[in-house]
Amino acid sequence: MWVLLGIGVLVAGFVARLNPLAVILVAAVVTGAAAAIAPGVGVAELGQAALGAVAAFGKAFNDYRYITVIWLVLPLIGLLERFGLQEQARALVGKVRSATTGRILLAYFVLRQVSAAFGLTKLGGHPQMVRPLIAPMAEAAAETRYGDLPDPLRWRIRTHAAAVDNIALFFGEDIFFAIASILLIKGFLEANGIVLEPWQLAVWAIPTAVCALLIHGVRLIRLDRAIARESGREGGQ
Amino acid sequence: MITLDWVYIFAGLTFAGFSVLTVLDREHPRRFGTAAFWGLLATSFLFGSYLGDLGNGVLVLTLAALAGFRLLGQSRPATTTPGERAASAARRGAWLFVPALMIPAVAILGVVVLERVSLFGRPLFGAGQPTIVALGLAVALALAGAMIWLRPPLLAPLQEGRRLMDSVGWAGILPQALAALGAVFVIAGVGDRIGELFASYLPLDTRLLAVLAYCLGMALFTFIMGNAFAAFPVVTAAVGLPLVVVQFGGDPAIVCAIGMLSGFCGTLTTPMAANFNVVPAALLDLPDRDAPFNGVIRVQLPTAAALLAINIVLMYALAFRGAA
Repeated sequence: MWVLLGIGVLVAGFVARLNPLAVILVAAVVTGAAAAIAPGVGVAELGQAALGAVAAFGKAFNDYRYITVIWLVLPLIGLLERFGLQEQARALVGKVRSATTGRILLAYFVLRQVSAAFGLTKLGGHPQMVRPLIAPMAEAAAETRYGDLPDPLRWRIRTHAAAVDNIALFFGEDIFFAIASILLIKGFLEANGIVLEPWQLAVWAIPTAVCALLIHGVRLIRLDRAIARESGREGGQ
Repeated sequence: MITLDWVYIFAGLTFAGFSVLTVLDREHPRRFGTAAFWGLLATSFLFGSYLGDLGNGVLVLTLAALAGFRLLGQSRPATTTPGERAASAARRGAWLFVPALMIPAVAILGVVVLERVSLFGRPLFGAGQPTIVALGLAVALALAGAMIWLRPPLLAPLQEGRRLMDSVGWAGILPQALAALGAVFVIAGVGDRIGELFASYLPLDTRLLAVLAYCLGMALFTFIMGNAFAAFPVVTAAVGLPLVVVQFGGDPAIVCAIGMLSGFCGTLTTPMAANFNVVPAALLDLPDRDAPFNGVIRVQLPTAAALLAINIVLMYALAFRGAA
C-alpha cells in the first residue's frame, strides 16, 4: 500500500498551494521509491528506484509531447488578435439585437455537443475558440445591454464560456462510436470475454447527453437573469 | 510524407523562437528563467528522442524547478493599441475569422480525407496521431495565409505567440506532465491497489449499493487521477464488472457506458484535469487561476453533481431490465 504515498503528496501539494508542476514531479519520484519498499530493502535500492521513476517519467513525458503541440495555434491567434479578432467578435454580437450571454453560450453548447456527437471533437477548444471568439462574444452581449461590467461578473462570464466547451464536449463525444473512450470500453470488455459493437455502447450515452443539455441549458438561461441583476442597471430593452 | 516528427520540429522551433525573443527582451520581468523554460521545452521537442529516458527526466525536473522557484514571468511585447485593433476590425470585418476557423476545418479535413491520401505512391501522413499532424498542417497553412494577407512585421507571430504563451506559463505543460505521472502510476500499480481497497472494504451486497459504489468510485478516482480513461479499467475491474454486471446481472454495455460518463463528472471538478480546468483559467486571465478550485471548476460543479446523480439513477433504472 506504500505506493499510495504519491497520491498523498499530490493532495498535500494542492492543499498547500505549491506549484503543481513541482508537486507532480515529487509525487512521481515518491511513487517510484515507495513501490520498491519491502522488508530488507536498503536506502541504496530506494534511491535507485527513485532514479528509475525519474527515467520512467522522462520517457512518458517524451512520448506525450503531442499533448503540448496545441500551443502551435498561439502565434496565429495572437497575430489575429493584433489585427482585431476579439473586437470583431464583439462587433458581430453587437449587431444581433436578441443576443444575450446565455443564448450565445447555449448556441455554442449545442453546436459543440452535436459536432462532438458526430466525432468532430476538434471543432472547439479553449485556445482556438473560447479565448479568441466565444468569451469575447459572451462578454460583449452583456456589455451591449448593460454597459461596462463589474470585474467579478466579467470573470464569471468567462468561466461559463470555458465550462460550456468542456461540458458539451464530454457529454457529446461518447455518442460517436469511434471515439477513444468508447474504444477503450470495447477493448476492456473484449479482454474480459464480452464482445460488443461500439454503437451498442455509444447509444447509452444519449440519455445523459440530453440531461446535460437540459440542466446546463437552464443554468445558462438563469445566468442571463443573474447578469441583469448583478450589472446593477436595468436592461436596455 | 508528413509525420509527427515534422510537427515536433515545427513546435520546437516555435518554442525556441519564444526563448530567443525572451532573452532579447530587456523589459521582461523574469527574462532568463522564462527563456530557459521555453528553451528547454524546445530542446525536448527537437531532441527529446536522443536524450535518453533519464535525460528527459532531468529535463522535466529542471522545468519543474524553474516553475517551482517562480522564475517565470509575463512579457509585454509591443503590440497594437485597442484603437488600432478596433479600426483594423472595422476595415477587415468578418474575414478575420477565416484563418482562425481554418484550423478546425483543416484539422477535420485532415482526419477525414488527407489521412487516406497518397502522393507519388506514398501516404501523405505518417503513421500515428493524424489529428496532431493535421493540426500542425492547419496552423502552418493558416499562418502563411494570414502573413501574406495582413503583412505584419516578420517577427509579429512569434512576439504575439510569446505574449499568449507567457500568460499561460508553466500551466502549458501541466497536461503533458500529468499524463506522464499517470504512466508512472501504472508502472507502480497505484490503480490496482486502490481497486483492491475498494473491493475489500466496502459491503456491496445490494444492487443499489453496487451501482452507487461504481458510479461514485468512477467520479472519485477520476478526480484523483484527472482522467476518466485511467480510472475506467481500475474501477470497472474492481466493482463494475464483478459486482454490477456479474453478480447482479447488469447489462455490460449500459453499465460501462454510463460508468465512463460518471467518470467525466469527476473530470469537471478536478484541478488534475489541467487541460480542461486549469489552462482555460490561465488563457482567460482569471484572477484565481492558481487556486486549487478556480472559477472554471466552481462553475462546472453544479452541473457535474447533477449529472452524476442522473447517471446513478439511469444505470439503476436501465441496466437491470433483463435481470431477474
